[in-house]
Amino acid sequence: MIDPRAAIIGERLAGVRRIVAVTGGKGGIGKSLVSCLFATVAAERGLRTGLFDLDLTSPTDHVILGAPMGFPSEEHGIDPAMCDGVRLMSIAMFSGSTPAPLRGAALTGALLELLAITRWGELDLLVLDMPPGLGDTALDAMRYLPRCEYLVVSTPSIVVRETVRRMVQLLGERHASILGLVENFQSGDVAPSHELAAEFQLRWLPGVPYDKSLEAAIGDVAGLRRTDAAKAVGRIVDELG
Amino acid sequence: MHEYALADAVIAAVRETARSQRMSRVLQVEVRIGQLQSIRPATFENALTAVRPASDALVSSTEFSVVTVPVRLRCRPCNREYAPDLDTEADEHATEAIHFVPELAHAYLRCPHCDSPDFDIVDGRGVTLGRIEGEIDT
Repeated sequence: MIDPRAAIIGERLAGVRRIVAVTGGKGGIGKSLVSCLFATVAAERGLRTGLFDLDLTSPTDHVILGAPMGFPSEEHGIDPAMCDGVRLMSIAMFSGSTPAPLRGAALTGALLELLAITRWGELDLLVLDMPPGLGDTALDAMRYLPRCEYLVVSTPSIVVRETVRRMVQLLGERHASILGLVENFQSGDVAPSHELAAEFQLRWLPGVPYDKSLEAAIGDVAGLRRTDAAKAVGRIVDELG
Repeated sequence: MHEYALADAVIAAVRETARSQRMSRVLQVEVRIGQLQSIRPATFENALTAVRPASDALVSSTEFSVVTVPVRLRCRPCNREYAPDLDTEADEHATEAIHFVPELAHAYLRCPHCDSPDFDIVDGRGVTLGRIEGEIDT
């Protein structure tokens, strides 16, 4: 038996100029927030931007952006939802808030299905919000999306930095392109992840501050864009061109 | 109709496979559609015919045989195999969600013996290619 879906992925993404996967070794380090801010700021800069929530069991990008969820429109494939200039695809468009407990082959199957049927069209940038860790979806992204560039998110926590180290090692071993390291939740002048960036010779990107105003802006793209965190992510967008 | 997107994938995979096997013309392809995907064979045959490039002699005259494969699930905790009845076990929304992403069966279906959502899809998931017959380049 041949699974035909992988054969069409390249064509589905042919109009996408750049694919940036926001990754990190652990949950709770702000990958989804950085992904959403990155996408909304890029769209505000005039880039045609897509955002694909690859956390298939715990999707939250639609919540962060306040995107209305419902079955997508379909015409020779399915169309991402449009949310304040960002084209968003999430499994939550189909399952809403119903829990979808997926493991192993089911995660790969769901990812392949969405890659095969989603019509991204012409984009300057597609941001992938990766799930935590080195599991199925991380490996599938390396396999099926080889032209991904990785933006690695860390935090000042020593626990997080340990998991980020493993992620960076794996990406290096797979010869993946790493755009740089971003330290999220920065507080004060200390940036412990800088050592990690230096150790692996990664580009040290502008940090994102711990921003108490973010929570109140969840679900409101205009509000998100006004936060200090969004301004910091804007500096990353500008630096990466 | 997202069936056309899946039909695109089938044509791309058939062309890829045919080229790797040095075929000059693909005569017949068996396409299996899992019951979970809820696509009627006639609809998919029409989609396949519509999306194949008429200018590509490799697939322009291919006959497609599309069959529906019944769904079989195996529960991991109790290890029993069962065949869910989508008409009675999934409402309209669930059926539509599973139609788009068959893995969402895990969100809506439960083992009839132990009520677990932790199952493997043994068969009847989505679109796969079976036998591909063609003429080989000489």
